[in-house]
This record gives sequence, C-alpha cells and structure tokens, in this order.
Amino acid sequence: MSQYLILIYERESGYAEGGPEVWEAVGKAHGRFAEQVGEKGGQMLGGNALQPTQTATTIRDDIVTDGPFTETKEALGGYYLIEASDLDQALEIAKLCPAPFGGVEVRPIMDMSGSAG
Amino acid sequence: MTAGDPGVAGDQPQAADPEVSAAIADAHRREWAFVLAATARVARDIDVAEECVQDAYVAALDAWSRQGVPRNPGAWLTTAARRRALDVQRRDRTLRSKLPLLIEPGSPPVTQAGPAGEPSAAGLAAGEGDVIPDDRLRLVFTCCHPALAREAQVALTLRLVCGLATAEIARAFLVSEPTMAARVTRAKKKISAARIPYRVPGPAELPDRLDAVLTVIHLLYTTGHTAPTGPELVRAELVDRAIGLARMLCELMPDEREARGLLALLLLTDARRATRTGADGRLLLLEEQDRSRWDRTAIAEGTALVTDGLRGRPGPPGRFLLQAAIAGVHAEAPSYAGTDWPQLLLLYDELVSAWPTPVVALNRAVVHAMTDGPEAGLADIEAIEREGRLSGYRYLPAARADLLRRLGRHEDAAEAYQAALGLTENAAERAFLAGRLAEVRSGAGAPE
Repeated sequence: MSQYLILIYERESGYAEGGPEVWEAVGKAHGRFAEQVGEKGGQMLGGNALQPTQTATTIRDDIVTDGPFTETKEALGGYYLIEASDLDQALEIAKLCPAPFGGVEVRPIMDMSGSAG
Repeated sequence: MTAGDPGVAGDQPQAADPEVSAAIADAHRREWAFVLAATARVARDIDVAEECVQDAYVAALDAWSRQGVPRNPGAWLTTAARRRALDVQRRDRTLRSKLPLLIEPGSPPVTQAGPAGEPSAAGLAAGEGDVIPDDRLRLVFTCCHPALAREAQVALTLRLVCGLATAEIARAFLVSEPTMAARVTRAKKKISAARIPYRVPGPAELPDRLDAVLTVIHLLYTTGHTAPTGPELVRAELVDRAIGLARMLCELMPDEREARGLLALLLLTDARRATRTGADGRLLLLEEQDRSRWDRTAIAEGTALVTDGLRGRPGPPGRFLLQAAIAGVHAEAPSYAGTDWPQLLLLYDELVSAWPTPVVALNRAVVHAMTDGPEAGLADIEAIEREGRLSGYRYLPAARADLLRRLGRHEDAAEAYQAALGLTENAAERAFLAGRLAEVRSGAGAPE
C-alpha cells in the first residue's frame, strides 16, 4: 500500500458567492466521500479543510508577509491523506472527491522508510 | 554449460558473423518487447530490466556465433535476461531501498494470443520448463498510462516497447538527445514514485486506456508520415514501428475491434505512401495520385480487417474502425470521380456521432459537397464557422475556397484562399494555395 495526498484546489469565490446552501451541499458530499474511500478499497488516514487564503501568512527568508505563497485563481482549500494499493486506485478514489469549483491534484507521499537502511 | 545455454557470455568475443548479426537485428525488432516485459516482472525495476535485456543481446552475439542461432531466439534472450535480473537482485541489496515496479498479479493473464498462431517468444523457456507469461500488454499499458504526458507516453513506448535508442527517438521528434533522455528518465521516475502499476487495466477502464494506446501508436504513424522535416530514414522507421505495434496489439487483443481498426487505418493510409508526392516533391491531392502504384497487398489486408470489424459485433464501431472504413472506400475506388461518395457520407455520419470533433465535421462537409453539390458543403462549413471552434485551422478556409471556386464565386474564393495562405507555413501547401489563388483571380477557374 502507498500513501497519497489529495489536494483540493478551488476558486474560493465559488463558496463566497454560493452562500450557506452551497457550503452545506458540498459538506455533505465530503461526508459521502469519506465513506466511499473504504468502499473503493482504500483507507482514509486524515484530512482537513483550510481557512481561505486571505487568512494565510507567508514566511520567506525570515520575512513575514500577508497572503498566500503564490496568488492563484484556484487555491488550496483542503486535503485528504489516503492509502491506496497503487496510483490507479488512488485516482479512482480521487475522482470521487468533491471539488465543484476546481479540481484535485494527487501526489504520492515520499516513502522514507527504505532509504535510511 | 551445454550448447545453446543462455548463460554467461563466453570469454572470447569473435568477429560477428553476418548471419548472426542479422538474426540478432531480427530478434531485436521482433522480440524486444516480449523479452523486456518478461524481464521487468523479475527485475521489478525498469532500468535494471533494460540493462539486463541489453546485456542479453550482447551475450547472444557471442554465444550464437559459437553455438549457432537457437531455434527460438526470443526464449533464449528472455531466459538470459531473466537470469541476469535474478543475479542483479541477489547481488544488489540497494534495490531494497528503491521502489520496486508494482506488479499486480490480478491482471487478466494474457498468454500467447493471436489468430495467426505465430509463436513469438511465448513458448517454453529454454531449459527452464516453465511458460514465460506474455507481459507485453502490461508494458504497453504502463507506457501509455494517462498519468504520463502524451509526449512521455510516446517516448516511453518507443524506448521500452520498440527498444529504440534515446538518440533515435530524439531525432524522430526533432529534439536534442539530452532533452529526450530527461523526458524518458522523468517518466520512468514517475512510474515508480507515483506507483503506476505494471498491469493491464480492468474491463471498466479498458476502453479509455486502450484508446490512449491507440492514440499513441497513431501519433507515431502520423509523425513519421507527415514530418515536415527530418531525415527520410527516421520517418520511415517510425511508420514501420507504428504498423508493427498496431499488429502486435491486434495479435494480443484479438477481440478489440478498435485495435483492428487502427491497423487497418495505418495499412490503408500507408498503401498510398509512394504516391503522396510528385517527382518535384510537391504534395499530390488524392485526385492526382497514380492509383496503379498503390500497394494492393496492404489494401487487401486493410479492407479485410475493416469488413471483419464491421461485421456482427455488438455496439457501434469506434473512431479508428470508421476512419479505416473511410480510407478503405478511397483505396478501393477506381478513380476519384468513381469514388462511392454516398457510402462515404454514411460513414462520416457515423464518425461524427462516434467522434464529434469540428475537424471530422469539416471532412464530412467536403464529402457532402460531392454527394449533394458545393452549396450543400458550403452551408455545412458556414455552420462550423459559426461554432468558432476551428478558427485558425487552415484547412477550413482552404475547403471553403475550393467550394466557392467550384461555384464560380471567384472573388469570395480569392478571399478564402488568402485567409488559408495566412495560416500555413508549409511550403508545399503554400505553393498549392498560391496557384489556386492566381487561378481564381484571373477568372480561369471555371465553375464545375
């Protein structure tokens, strides 16, 4: 089994403009997704939603500045850490991850266990 | 060591016997994919597998010179390469810290398929007594995985499935060798780091995944077929490799009619290879080509594949089979005027629904003009123009200009030829368009 991070990139304005109904519907979809990971043979190891980028603070060369690391139209808004047998299974799971105002990126977690020995 | 044993290479390298060299070149072309695919399963690392297979070919040169070419060169090479891979694994403990190639045992077993019954290397391994599974499909599907960029899929397929050297691939795609080497290395790294499994996709994913494989092979063919520059030889090599890959796929997946469709399409297109350019290097239109010089053997094979593919299967035919059927109608027509245009229109209607792209719609419009007159085709083209998805596509104004010319609307035609000229850099095409422009400007292009 390998671990993958599913990064959710979306236009933040989608939620701001959509109001509470959108927020609730997407929240429900995420609840369903958490169940589907197991149904697809993977395992949910964790995940979180992030506060919007306007709350971000960046540190570069010890200099603290307001704002995200890079300004992008679609910003990182949340993530899941999952375990899957291979990339095909991870992608099958990630396809179910709700991201109505953008998409998701799947990144394999680097396996550091073997390199030390 | 007994005679014919693919073990360690002898200590006395001898001058290469031309017969042996030819046998090795032949085995490289025919068996590379099989040998590498089978070795990757043992080596569990693509780079190691490649090295072992290369070593096996080097060892073969020496062993075959001394002992004669074995009855089944593919099996000899596979056994030699797999032994080396096992040796490397035993010796090289550092492999443990690397990410091994992910072999999924659950993939549908594919052993020695093929209606032709050509045994390839899939027989008994020399001296081992076990049947080596045919893993070529795993190799192809891994190279064409959707998580890899199209250009990486193409490069990996040529490198791993065809066994082409990086320098050769770089030349074919007009990039520098370091650029191509980096592209191949990145792709291999992604396969192991992201854990792309070494397997044939399951039935649910198969149609999409197969389409990606067919698209890569088709791209290889068209690159070889229409390359605007580049040495002649490299282009011919790509064309041959693409046809070889399509043939291999048909053999390994005899029930996939899109695979047959692709092979048929390549054969039927390639049958016209010798007549595509005139003595002066000018691109010849279908109308102008010398049909007596078309390759009738290739046409017969292609049309047989199309007929078989269209017959009695459930579901509508896919885009490759339909394009092959269209190429078949052209190939079998006695002349341009004698082409079965109504049949072509029916096939294009099916193609438009199987593969609704504006380029297909444009080609259909040209055929529509042949069945129902230039006005009908022109109306179709104007509808496509209104959609706006083909703006900047040079064949749109060119097709429009041709229909306007045939209607005798010389001023409108001249304007469209101008637009087409503004969109192409290709010298042969520019010369053709400029000729037509001069013709309509002088009013010589009489309405048909």
